Order: sequence, then C-alpha cells, then structure tokens
Amino acid sequence: MLAYLLKRLGGTIPVLVAVSIFVFGFVHALPGDPARLEAGPEATPADIEAIRVDMGLDGPIWSQYTRWLGHTLQGELGRSTKTRQPVARVIGERFMPTLWLTVISMIWATIAGIAIGVLSGIKRGKWQDKAGMVIAISGVSFPSFWLGLLLIDLFSVRLGWLPTGGYEGWQSFVMPAFTLGIGVAAVMARFTRSAFVEVAQADFVRTARMKGLSDGVVAWKHTLRNAMIPVITLTGLQFGFLLGGAIVVETVFSWPGLGRLLVDSVSFRDYPVIQAEIMLFSIEFVLINLAVDLLYALANPEIRLQ
Amino acid sequence: MASIPKLLEISGLRVAFPGEAGPVEVIHDLDLAVSAGETLALVGESGSGKSVTSLAVTRLLDYAGGRITQGRMNYVDRAGTSHDLARIAADEMRTLRGPEIAMIFQEPMTSLNPVLRVGEQIAEAVMLHQGLSEAEALEEARRLLERVRIADAPRQLQRYPFELSGGMRQRVMIALALSCRPRLLIADEPTTALDVTVQAQVLRLLRQLQAESGMAMIFITHDMGVVAELADRVAVMRLGQKVEEGGVEEIFARPQHPYTKALLAAVPVLGALSGETLPRAFDIEGVVSAPQDTVRADAAPVLEIHDLTTRFPVRRNFRLRAQVHAVEHVSLSVQPGETLSLVGESGCGKSTTGRSIIRLEQPNSGEIRLEGADISHLTRTSEATLHRDVQFVFQDPFASLNPRLTIGFSIAEPMLTHNIAKGAEAERRVHELLREVGLTPEHAQRYPHELSGGQRQRVCIARALASSPKLIIADEAVAALDVSIRAQVVNLLMGLQRRLGLAMIFISHDMAVVERVSHRVAVMYLGQIVEIGPRQAVFNNPGHAYTARLLAAVPIPDPAQRNRAMAFDDSEVPSPLRALDDPPIVAPLVQIGPDHFVARHSVGGRY
Repeated sequence: MLAYLLKRLGGTIPVLVAVSIFVFGFVHALPGDPARLEAGPEATPADIEAIRVDMGLDGPIWSQYTRWLGHTLQGELGRSTKTRQPVARVIGERFMPTLWLTVISMIWATIAGIAIGVLSGIKRGKWQDKAGMVIAISGVSFPSFWLGLLLIDLFSVRLGWLPTGGYEGWQSFVMPAFTLGIGVAAVMARFTRSAFVEVAQADFVRTARMKGLSDGVVAWKHTLRNAMIPVITLTGLQFGFLLGGAIVVETVFSWPGLGRLLVDSVSFRDYPVIQAEIMLFSIEFVLINLAVDLLYALANPEIRLQ
Repeated sequence: MASIPKLLEISGLRVAFPGEAGPVEVIHDLDLAVSAGETLALVGESGSGKSVTSLAVTRLLDYAGGRITQGRMNYVDRAGTSHDLARIAADEMRTLRGPEIAMIFQEPMTSLNPVLRVGEQIAEAVMLHQGLSEAEALEEARRLLERVRIADAPRQLQRYPFELSGGMRQRVMIALALSCRPRLLIADEPTTALDVTVQAQVLRLLRQLQAESGMAMIFITHDMGVVAELADRVAVMRLGQKVEEGGVEEIFARPQHPYTKALLAAVPVLGALSGETLPRAFDIEGVVSAPQDTVRADAAPVLEIHDLTTRFPVRRNFRLRAQVHAVEHVSLSVQPGETLSLVGESGCGKSTTGRSIIRLEQPNSGEIRLEGADISHLTRTSEATLHRDVQFVFQDPFASLNPRLTIGFSIAEPMLTHNIAKGAEAERRVHELLREVGLTPEHAQRYPHELSGGQRQRVCIARALASSPKLIIADEAVAALDVSIRAQVVNLLMGLQRRLGLAMIFISHDMAVVERVSHRVAVMYLGQIVEIGPRQAVFNNPGHAYTARLLAAVPIPDPAQRNRAMAFDDSEVPSPLRALDDPPIVAPLVQIGPDHFVARHSVGGRY
C-alpha cells in the first residue's frame, strides 16, 4: 500500500509542473509590466529598470520560469498589488475559513445525501423514495443566495438565534454550512440512489438474500459498499469544487474565505493573488484526486491488489 | 404409491409479473413435489418458467417484482412444522433461507460479492444461522471449502472472488449453499457457464454431497445430458406449464408428450456418428439427413495459416512484465466445402485464433494465406478482400446486431460497404438472403428486439452471407441458443455449406455439436493445437490425453450410463500467462494416422 501511495504521489509531479507552466504563462501573457507595477506610480524609468534586473525579468523566459518556480516552492509568492501584504499571508488567512466551511458542509452533506439515497433505493417506488427525491430536487433547485437570505431573515432577523454573518463561533457556521451543503447533499442523494438501485439488481445481492440475511445487512453491507465506488468520485469532485471557495455563500454570509478573495482580486486585478489561488486550487484538486484513488483502492480490492 | 412424506409440495401455483396491460401470468397452475434425498430435474427452454418457479419457492420473487397469485407451496421443516411458502411472512421466510432452503445460481462470476473475502462471505451465513463466533465460523468455512475439494483452503479464505477461476467460484457458491446444512438445495443452471471438464467435476461433487447429507435437490437445467447424469425424477416445463413428469429412465426411454420427444430428439448425443466418416445434420421432424460430402480435396485451400502467434502484453508501470500466450504457433488449413472445428475450454485460444484471422486481434507473427494470397501484412485491397471473403458469426446474436437498425439494413450493410449491390438490387438480395436462412422478406422491416434468439442468429448468418464469403468463422454461434433452436441453426449452416460450398471454421466447446458438423477437428490447449485430424479419428481414437479428458467429461443423455467409470481429476487448467523469459515449448506435431497429428511434447507441464 505504501509503495502504491509513493507511486501515485510521484505521478502527481508532472501534473503540477504542467499547471505551474500554465499559471506562469497566463500571467506572462497578460498586458502590463510587473516591474512597473512593483515599482509603484512614482518610479523613474531607471528605478523600473533596476527592479526589472532585480526581479530577473531581463533574462530568457525559461530562467524567469525557474526563478519564479523556485520562489513559489519556498512560499515566496510576491506581494498583493492591492494591500502590499505578502500573498502567502493573504491566502493563509483566507484558507482556514474556507477549509472549515467546506469540511463541515461536506460531512453533513455526504452523510445526509448517502442516507437519503440509500433509503430511497431500498424503498424504490414507494412514498419514502418519492419524498427523498422531492427533497433532493428541491435541494439542487434552491439558489443559494435566495436560500441564504431566507435563512438570515428567519434565524437572524426574526428569531435572533444566529449571527447574520462573519466567522466567529460555531453559530456562525450553521447557516453557511447548511446553504453550501444542501446542493451537494441533493446531488449525492440522487447519485447514491441510482448506484444503489443498480447494484441491488446484482447477482451477489440475490446470493446475500438467499443466505437469509436481513434486508438491513443486505443493503448496508452487501449493496452499499459496491454502490460507493461511483459515489466516492462524486464526493471528491464536490469537495474540490467547494474548496475553491463558494463565492455566493461567502458573499451572502460575509465569510472571509477564498471565494470572496478571488472575487476581490479579480476586480482589483491583483495578479499575484490570482496566480497563487489558481496554483492552490490545482494542488488541491490533484491531492483530492489522489485521495479518491486511494479510497477506490480501499473500497475495491481488485484495484488494491493489482 | 408409497407415501414418502413430501418435503415440498407445490399445488396450483400461479405467478404473475406486472406488464404494461395489467399482470402477465408466467406460471400457470403448476403442481410439483420433491421428497427428502430426491433429485428433481426441472427441464425446459427459455421462457418455460423453470427459473421463476425457483424464485417462487425461495420467495426471491418478491425482490424481482413478481407475485404469487394463487396456489400453495407446502414445505415441512426440520422440526416437522409445515409452512405455506406462498403465504409466508417475509421474516419467517428469511429464517428458512440458508438452514432449510439454499440455492446455487447460474453465474458464478457475478454471484459472489466482489468486495468481500471468500471466507467472510461463507462465515457470515454460518454466524447468522448457527450462532458461532467469527473465528469458529471461519474455521467452519475452511472445512466447507475442503469439502468442496478446494485445494489450499486456508489461503483461499483470504482471497477475493476475482482471484478465483469460474470453477472455483462455483465451488465456493456450493460451499456457501451447504454451509447451513440445507434440506432442500435449488440449483439453477449451476454448470451452464462452466467448461465441460469443470461441469463434470461440479456435477460429481453435487452428487457426492447429496449422498452424504441426504438433502433434496431441485436441479434446473436445459441440458438433457446433465439431467441424465443426476436426476431421479424429471419435470418438463414449457411456457409456464408442466407438460410431463416422470422417473428419469421413463422420460428418456418412453417420453409421452410430443414436446418432450422433440426436446430429446434435438439433444446432440456424443458418439452418434462414431460409425460414420462424414458429418451429418440433425434428423429433425422425421427428416433423415444425408452425409455432408462437400469437401473439395482437390482444390486449393481457402485458408492456410502457418505458425500464427498472438500474445497479449501484460504491462505494469509502463513496462512489459509478462505475456498471455493466447495463440502459439498454430498452423492449419481449410479446404472449400470443409468444416474445421476448433475445440477446447475457455482461455485455450480458440476464439483468439478466429479473431486473429480476421484481424480483430493483431497477431504477433505467422503467415495467413487466403486462397493462396499472403495477407499477413494487410494493404488496403487485401484488407477489403479479407473482410469480404471471410465473415464472422458471433456467439451473442442480440449484442451483435445494432438495436437501432432494421434487420434489412443490417444485412444490406456489408453489400453497400463492399460495393456489391445497392438500391433495389440490394433489397432484392436481402430478401433472398432472408429466405435462404429460413426467414421471410417481411423480417427486413423489423428491429432486433422483435425477434427471438434463434431468429436473430439467422439474421447474423444472413448478414455474414451478404458479401458472398468463401469462409465463415462461427465463434460459439449456437452456444446461446435453446437445444431445439440450436439443432435448427446447425442444420441451416450445414445446408448453406451444401448449397454454397462454403468453408467453415466452427469454434465451439460443445463436443456433441462438433461431432455433427465437422469434417476435421483441432483440439486446442493453452494456445496450442495438441491434436488435429479427421473428426472420426480424433473422436474415436484420441491421440492426446487432453482430448480424451475433454471427451470423457461430456455428459451422456442416457441415465443408464450414469455410473460409468470416469477418469477424473479436480485439477485446473494452468494459466497461459507467462514471464517474458519463459516461452512455452512448441514442437511440430507428430503424425499418428492419415491426416491425424498429435503433440508429443509437454504442453504446460501436465500433458
């Protein structure tokens, strides 16, 4: 298993190199002179030239790239054009709120989604199935800004139970995590249901029934484990998606996360921050994919043992 | 009649499935009974309701959407309590599944849970019904695996189903079914998906286990050979009704119902042509067939292949690690009007040989000559010639027809591709071909799903004939068909050979059918031809031990021969996967008779 893990980790390197080239190329292709931006509006042409040499911008493109990559690897991501703060710090401050929000949303959404999906699958065609799928359809259909505002109106304005926004205390997590997770839970429920219904037709489920096992054991032990394989992929994708920062939810609940940072950076053309965020999202996706593959191997011995 | 207490007594059973226009009844007023220690064979072709009956008895029917609308199914359990399975509560039924009634299914490949270890799957049932601890249950599972003759049982407990061969999986299924010492075992086509030698092993095992435990068995099958080997009593079913029931000798010797008679007549019997040199079609509906004297020995061969080798690479970390030696130095030739059969068990390379000839697989080396022209290296023109002159008929007639195209278009397509005919001419030819294969021109407008399995295979044959080929490769072309349909399609192919002088490569695992159709037979084992020669010589005097083993394993549809001595072994066929530096030994075959050649070198260590 360790060898497999190391091999898979090694396999991510080419992907990350490709992403870094892409990110570097993207900034390089943008109009505007980074040296001039760095020097500030009052600099003389001589100052700008000095900074250009200092930043290595006079060298050939590949040396600019290796230099930039070296800095990036050491966590020197430059300064934000807007706030003049180190990019690493800007991102660092915003990362934890997004991570926590994502993790909490994903946990409840996955549990609820799988549970609703399995129950609908077991009670296929009965009222429980229909109810479950109505909830799921509603879940994907509610626009999150509208749901968020509705929740604020009810729980903050009318009842005064929860804060309207911000990132302080567990109470501040309840509404954003619910709003963010509801769509995920809905998709997960539909996906789990269809995977479950398909596996429930399999011959080995019939074998399990013929052993005299209870419906519960047949569903949770024999059917669900096999139905989880496509669900794992979906979970990974959703997780990566949410880690990018949920722009709408973070805006509605004034959440200091990466989603809002991205929107701000784009409107201020804060290229160093945008660049770092893209790089971060790519790394996150690569790591999540790796985790998904490892989970596959755990769920399916045929992959593990080959 | 002596009144032995019946274990299971079904009376007036009716089963329905929901349909578009209300429920459709599939079992009509069925009466059946089975006593302890007895084997009842439930025989019939597809759609006869034999499998639905088993679902009704186990009440797995509830999960398949069906409903018992009428009737009783009285089952007497260990304690002597009688249960009506037609009305039993789900919880109560669950307590009977396993310790009272167990079942083995047709598909060993998909009937075990792929993500759980074999040991756990058996132990689970033992723990549930016998209240043992996990360690005790695993110990019991090991004992069960030994009882079904699985070698190295402690290690096998730790393995996953995908690591086991089909025969081993079916033995695991049997161990699982027997784990709670059932009093009634229902086996639904348990050997249909297995090779003949493995089938023989499994049947023998079931018979021994039954003798040891005294359980009753309901054995569902379409194979009269298997029935003759195993059954005490036989019930013949057709379209949801029992048409005849009786003792096994009685049914085979004096069938009463016309359907039973037709079923028995259609069963190919190995050895039926042992006194004849030439193949001969089945005698259907009283028509006695004539010997198939179609080989043109004086003409140039249609196809010659020499030293054909096809290997499949096994890569790991982008490096070639091993090779599957699917076809190893195979040489053969086919004359016009001749049928050469390739026989052997799954994985022996017979299909890959056929597929390599028409380049569905790319051979690694070897020479292929079509009517004398070397087509080993395809050019655009030789590829067109190959695909026109050599046609393939596949095993599964449903999967090999495009469901969205009409039958007529499917048949016309090769003509359009090869510019043989188009427009009205193509249409005329389609109608002609449909008549040729025993269908009517009206079928041209239909879609595949409107046709039965046998009709679809006729369509596939018509399509193969569309480009007026010289050679037809039929890869298990009749294996998926019911016996009566199988005989008709075999006769159709042989009739076409007589009329059109076609050469044929007939790939099959069914030795009795092979005896009917072949002029010559090649036996394959681990990718090599181990014996090739005239059919009569190979079948009557097999020169290779593997050929003899293959022939001995074929069930004989005659209950009187049931207890014949058979030289059996429980061994598995070795894997054709070999390391790169370990090529198999291949030596020229040795001639032992006129046109009869046998391998005398060691193939795969066993022979």
